Amino acid sequence: MAVSGIVMLLYLIAHMIGNLKIFAGRESFNGYSEWIRTIGEPAVPAQTTLTIIRIVLLVAVVAHFWAAVSLWRQAKQARPQRYVTKKPVAQSYASRTMRWGGVIVGLFIVYHILDLTVGAVNPAGTDASPYDRAVAGFSNPFVTAVYVIALILLGMHLRHGIWSATQTLGQSNKRREKTVNLFALVFSVVLIGGFLIVPFSVLFGLVD
Amino acid sequence: MTATREGATFASGTAADPAMAKHDMTLTLRVWRQKGPADKGRMVSYTVTDISPDMSFLEMLDVLNEQLIQAGDDPVAFDHDCREGICGMCGVMINGQAHGPEQTTTCQLHMRKFSDGDTIDVEPWRASAFPVIKDLAVDRRALDRIIQAGGYISAPTGTAPEAHSVLVPKKDADAAFDAATCIGCGACVAACPNASSMLFTAAKVSHLGLMPQGQPERNDRVVNMVAQQDREGFGGCTNIGECSAACPKGISMENISRLNHDLLGALRAGARPKS
Ligand code: HEM
Ligand code: SF4
Ligand code: FES
Repeated sequence: MAVSGIVMLLYLIAHMIGNLKIFAGRESFNGYSEWIRTIGEPAVPAQTTLTIIRIVLLVAVVAHFWAAVSLWRQAKQARPQRYVTKKPVAQSYASRTMRWGGVIVGLFIVYHILDLTVGAVNPAGTDASPYDRAVAGFSNPFVTAVYVIALILLGMHLRHGIWSATQTLGQSNKRREKTVNLFALVFSVVLIGGFLIVPFSVLFGLVD
Repeated sequence: MTATREGATFASGTAADPAMAKHDMTLTLRVWRQKGPADKGRMVSYTVTDISPDMSFLEMLDVLNEQLIQAGDDPVAFDHDCREGICGMCGVMINGQAHGPEQTTTCQLHMRKFSDGDTIDVEPWRASAFPVIKDLAVDRRALDRIIQAGGYISAPTGTAPEAHSVLVPKKDADAAFDAATCIGCGACVAACPNASSMLFTAAKVSHLGLMPQGQPERNDRVVNMVAQQDREGFGGCTNIGECSAACPKGISMENISRLNHDLLGALRAGARPKS
């Protein structure tokens, strides 16, 4: 859970920063997309680096999902009969939404790849450049709304995830607890803010 | 009984409050009744009268049972032993919280935490690893088996060594002592949305793992205790923190991190659970 989560987290950092290239203009953004596909050329065939990244991510997603499902099932079996009355006192909204939130983010990733990588569900279609696809998609308030909801869920997922991974990897203690949680919060807000700024800029016409 | 209660009233210095001395609370209890392990069980409502705010929750249940016995009904089965907060027997879910609204044991929870006319739900710990024996009493031996899997040190008995011959840093002694205050009540399991026993196991692993005497078996201890808690059918820990917030001894989440640290180290060092 923790290790696969961290792999995806590292990708998200790079992805968020890469997306900001949209503010440098069409050429820069499309050039960046082109560059991802040509790293290492001509020493290695086109798309080698990208393919490796995709395989690593796919393995991480599958491992993460598999671990989540086993924990979910284990929890169900560990308490077959629920309480008539149960009052949570410590759990955060983030920790409570890890499971369904994770499923929703997972579905979002599928939609997102069909939208911006493949273009199959994008208004500009499969032939448009990455820049035009992003602009065409995010000009639609409904598309932007889907991204906003999914990203906020993702942000909460990361907030609890970072804290939980620190515990799982045995790196937390009483003294660090506050710092870890504060870091998780600030990190998630900055990351999600960095992602969200793109669709909002398109929606409000700052990028077109 | 009366003398003890009035003594308690005096000791807490609230005798001046006339409401305290009176036995004037009337409560509606919704209690889980289950004849035995095979029975399905259900919530049953009772009205208890003449409850003093100075009674403990268990004494209130005693009053209910006296009423039930006088009416020819079956009294409610609940576990208890020391009634002073150290044995860990008296775990019940009160209004959806392990041991009720205060972070203490049920025997140390007082009726002044409630108001006249309240409705209070009382349920047993719910976990497949803690099967209900009857009503509110559950079988918590799964925790004993986790201890048996590694929660001990092997030392030759005989003449005790001079205590000062093994030095323990103050910081470690304090942390080990904090972990050692776990009374094995199972509130952590009861409160956990995953029904995980991680906080309990972590307290035991920390308690021994921080002491010099615990070192020789440190790696085997953690892998075996964790394997046993999985075998018992407890859920997995997702670091939600309900356990620590419910723990009457305030065992902290850092113990879970320490367990994980030991576990990763032990696995790397080649330790494997006994099958
Ligand atoms: C508003 C936020 C986001 C924007 C604007 C955005 C934009 C993009 C774009 C333009 C691509 C295609 C790049 C290309 O084909 O050259 C892409 C791919 C991708 N994005 Fe995002 N993205 C966002 C958020 C996310 C989030 C939150 C996740 C993960 C949870 C994510 C995961 C992915 C993945 C897995 C790919 C496919 C990578 C591949 O080609 O294999 N993205 N994104
Ligand atoms: S860790 Fe706390 S709640 Fe869990 S068994 Fe020990 S004393 Fe009870
Ligand atoms: S009866 Fe012993 S802790 Fe409550």
